[in-house]
This record gives sequence, structure tokens and C-alpha cells, in this order.
Amino acid sequence: MKRIVALTLNGRATEDAIAGNTLLIDYLRDTHGLTGAKKGCDGGECGACTVLVDGRPRLSCITLAASCEGTKVETIEGQAKAGRLSALQRAFHENLGTQCGFCTPGMILSATSLLRTNPDPDTDEIKTALGGNLCRCTGYVKIIQSVKAAAKAGENP
Amino acid sequence: MSEALPDFKLIRPTSLDEALNALTAQPNTRLCAGGTDLIVNMRRGLETPDVLVDLGAISDLKTITMDDKGLRIGAGVTLRDLAGHAGIAGAFSAITQAANAIAGPNHREVATLGGNLCLDTRCQYYNQSHWWRKSNDFCLKYRGDICHVAPNGNRCRAAFSGDLAPALIVFGAKVEIAGPDGVRSCDLADLYREDGADHLTLTKDEIVIAVQIPPTDAASAYDKIRVRGAVDFPLAGVAVACRTDASGARHFALAVTGTNSMPLRVDMPDPLGKDDDPDSYFKALEKLVQKAVSPQRTSTIAPHYRRLSASALSARLARALI
Ligand SMILES: Cc1cc2nc3c(=O)[nH]c(=O)nc-3n(C[C@H](O)[C@H](O)[C@H](O)COP(=O)(O)OP(=O)(O)OC[C@H]3O[C@@H](n4cnc5c(N)ncnc54)[C@H](O)[C@@H]3O)c2cc1C
Ligand code: SF4
Ligand code: FES
Ligand code: FES
Repeated sequence: MKRIVALTLNGRATEDAIAGNTLLIDYLRDTHGLTGAKKGCDGGECGACTVLVDGRPRLSCITLAASCEGTKVETIEGQAKAGRLSALQRAFHENLGTQCGFCTPGMILSATSLLRTNPDPDTDEIKTALGGNLCRCTGYVKIIQSVKAAAKAGENP
Repeated sequence: MSEALPDFKLIRPTSLDEALNALTAQPNTRLCAGGTDLIVNMRRGLETPDVLVDLGAISDLKTITMDDKGLRIGAGVTLRDLAGHAGIAGAFSAITQAANAIAGPNHREVATLGGNLCLDTRCQYYNQSHWWRKSNDFCLKYRGDICHVAPNGNRCRAAFSGDLAPALIVFGAKVEIAGPDGVRSCDLADLYREDGADHLTLTKDEIVIAVQIPPTDAASAYDKIRVRGAVDFPLAGVAVACRTDASGARHFALAVTGTNSMPLRVDMPDPLGKDDDPDSYFKALEKLVQKAVSPQRTSTIAPHYRRLSASALSARLARALI
């Protein structure tokens, strides 16, 4: 059974008829073509699908799209403004925080939520906030450096 | 659409009464709170409800109250809010430590107390994809007729792996349960039974609404053994509370998760008197835990290792509280 779900997606109001069993990740990727959120696992284990719902990190692969009615959803596609990458995107690029890139959208969104509440996190705080985002390439050191570099840039994430 | 969930009807009630009615209106109806356990299991074909009752819009379930009558935590409180509650961190450290040790930060944003208490038991032969389980002829817990962990036994040994239950049980927590006949309350420890395929004493038409803890001046701690420092379920998790009486004697309460199909309250030796030798006391405590727990081949880590680490962790935590 479909229902109309209205939410704000990367700042734009949307309204779609979606089935109760539609996962948020499928809604984003298939209905809206926002393929930045990645499916990295069987469900709930890797963090590659992380998006922000009302500013807080959420695993879109185990979230029902219908439960996001009335919320503000942000994906990696919403980071760049007017063609300019966000501070976190630039920092990941410049500090080699991204290699294959599969974990990167999830990392950047978890880090966005962290920097909004804690603009100058120390290493432990970064490790805790990104604890649910797995990376098979970088060994994490460069990711932590990237988040620190973005914090230094001091732009509102 | 890629890899959709099985079809179901989603209901999102805003009151407890509505939720209770929805739960009995149709057979094969399930409750969903944060969904961080249930939706994973649905994706693997382990759960196929026809109706899903989403508890996320019932604000009555999301309150924490702490006063001279004790602590009451609503079942819908998220682990993030629970872990961030300063009053709880001050008076009930084991609860805060357990909440912070569950899954990853992004799970804790939505995962709830109720879901953590009622989460399914776990086993390396069960928490797998459908094709994996099928190629192994399924097992007792789901569709099959043999247990791959204990092939000669007749019950499922899947491990209860919730971190919060032991941390609440050591404080003598009671659980409030709403059903068609009103609200009942029982010891949290009695919410469980030692059967991996049917580990909750909750009936299909009941909803856990809150946990209550009497006031305490006990010191407490929770810690768990796991392979990685984040995200992983406990291979063994231990909560200890320690109360000092007027004579200076220490009274311990201890509960373990991850080693049995239910959270296990371990009966403690007599209190540690002011003049008793702590070394022999904690040695005895360690032996008691070693005997009480019963880890099985439900994970890739050897049961014997889990038994030894559960008991060593117990002694370490208890000793740190004196
Ligand atoms: C990668 C990963 C790692 C994890 N690691 C841990 C861990 O380390 N420790 C741990 O304890 N858990 C862990 N979990 C499991 C899960 O995230 C937590 O147990 C969480 O607290 C479950 O809460 P929930 O609200 O998401 O439950 P849900 O998934 O919504 O529900 C779980 C079960 O409880 C039932 N239920 C929910 N609320 C109620 C209620 N009020 N009354 C009656 N029944 C109810 C549901 O019907 C369902 O059967 C992990 C999960 C994942 C995916
Ligand atoms: S303990 Fe046995 S019956 Fe239970 S899930 Fe594991 S293999 Fe299946
Ligand atoms: S895709 Fe791995 S956690 Fe969502
Ligand atoms: S960059 Fe490849 S998984 Fe992280």
C-alpha cells in the first residue's frame, strides 16, 4: 500500500507516493537518483549509507522512508553549494581521506553532524563519532586528519 | 527497486492504546522501534510480518524521570538520549556505560531501550543471509530441524546479546508491560527464559513500556568483550553493582550477557567484610562466574575463551568498585 510522504530533501520540498516497505536508501537512490548514499553491507553494519535526518546521522539502509515523513533529509549531494565543494569534501580530497570513495559519503555526513555540534573535536571525539563508519582503504588516519582539517577551515558544515 | 523488504502494512500510532489495538487486530503483526535489529532481520528474511507497528511516534514512551522514588526510563527512549543523561551517568554508571557500548553512534540515534531489551538472540548460523542459511539446511531456530551448534540437543542455544539488560538487572530493575488487560510489572530478569528460539516471556499482544529502578547508592560498572572496539555485539558483557553497608561490608550484584540465551544474574558469595581478604574473595567470585555462564559455539570466538574472559572481566570490574 502506497502513501504520500512529504519531506525536505537537500533543502527542497518533495512529495512522493511510496510503499510502507520502502527503505530510505532505495527511496533516495531509485526515486530521486541520489546515488551518493552507498549500500556497503547486508544491512546496518558499515555506515556507507549514512545520511542526515533532521541533522542527525541515520543508516538509510535500515530506515523506512515513510518514517521520515516531515523531516529534513540531507545526502552527500547536498554538500556542495553553488558548485563549490564543502569544507569536509575539500578536506577529504586534499588529505587523501578518500581512496576508493565508497565509505566517503557516509564518513562526510557523520562528520558533518559531528562538526555542527562540536566544531573543534579532538581525535577521540572524531573516532567515537565515526565509530560506525567502516573504511577498507585508508586505515582511518587520513580520515581523522581530514576531519581535523575541515574543522580548521571553520566553515559552517 | 533494489532488494526491497518483504511486503507489509506499516502503521504509525501516536498513542499506546492505538498501538495495543493494532497489535491484536491482525495476526502476524510485529512491533518496530528503532528497527536496528528488526529491519536487519527482515532484510535477511528472518522476520516476515504482515503488519508492522512503528512505535516511533508515541511520545509517552520517550520520557526519563528521576526522583526520590527512583529512575523510570520509557521504552522508547533512544540509546543516545539514555547515554547522554547526566543524572543517570552520575547515579547509575553501568547503564550509561552499557548504552554507550551498544552498536555504533548512528545506530544509537534511533535504537531504543525497549528494542534493546527485546532484541532477538544471535548465532553465527542464524544471522546470515537467506541463501547462506538455506544452503546449510536452516536450523532449529528458523525452519530447520537440527541445531548446528549443539546437534544432539533439542533446543536453540542462540545467545542473548543485549548490553542494557545486565546493567539494569544489577539494580533490581522492574519492567512495566502493557497488554490488553492493562499494565503489569515484573522483575526484568523474569522477562527472559533460557531458550534461544523463544527467549522472551512477553506475549504477542504485549508492549514493554518502561523500566523502573529503585533509588540506590551502589557504585556500578559495565564492560564487554568484543573483537572490535566499536559496533560489535558482546561476546560477553558484565555489569556489577557494589553497595557498602554500615559495617563497611561490600554487597555485590552481578549479571552477564552474551553467554546464554538470556541475561544471567549470577548469585554472589556472602558480602566482602571489611577485614576479609579481597584476593581470595575475588578469586572465588571469578570461579562462580566461570561456572555459571554457558557460552556455546554461537560465534566464531571459542566458547572457552568467552567463559574465561567473562569471569576475568567480572573480577576486574568488581575489584575496581571497592
Ligand atoms: C551492526 C550492529 C551492531 C549492533 N551491536 C549491538 C551491540 O553491541 N549491543 C546490543 O545490545 N545491540 C546491538 N545491536 C542491535 C540493536 O541495534 C540494539 O539492540 C538496539 O537497541 C535495538 O533497539 P531498536 O529500537 O532498534 O529495536 P527494534 O529493531 O525496533 O526491535 C527489536 C525487537 O524488539 C521488539 N520491540 C521493540 N520495542 C519493543 C517494545 N517496546 N515492547 C516489546 N517489544 C519491542 C521488536 O518487535 C523487535 O522484535 C547491533 C545492531 C547492528 C545492526
Ligand atoms: S543455536 Fe542452533 S538452533 Fe539456535 S540459531 Fe544457532 S544453530 Fe540455530
Ligand atoms: S549499507 Fe551498510 S550500514 Fe547501511
Ligand atoms: S576509501 Fe575505500 S572504503 Fe573508505
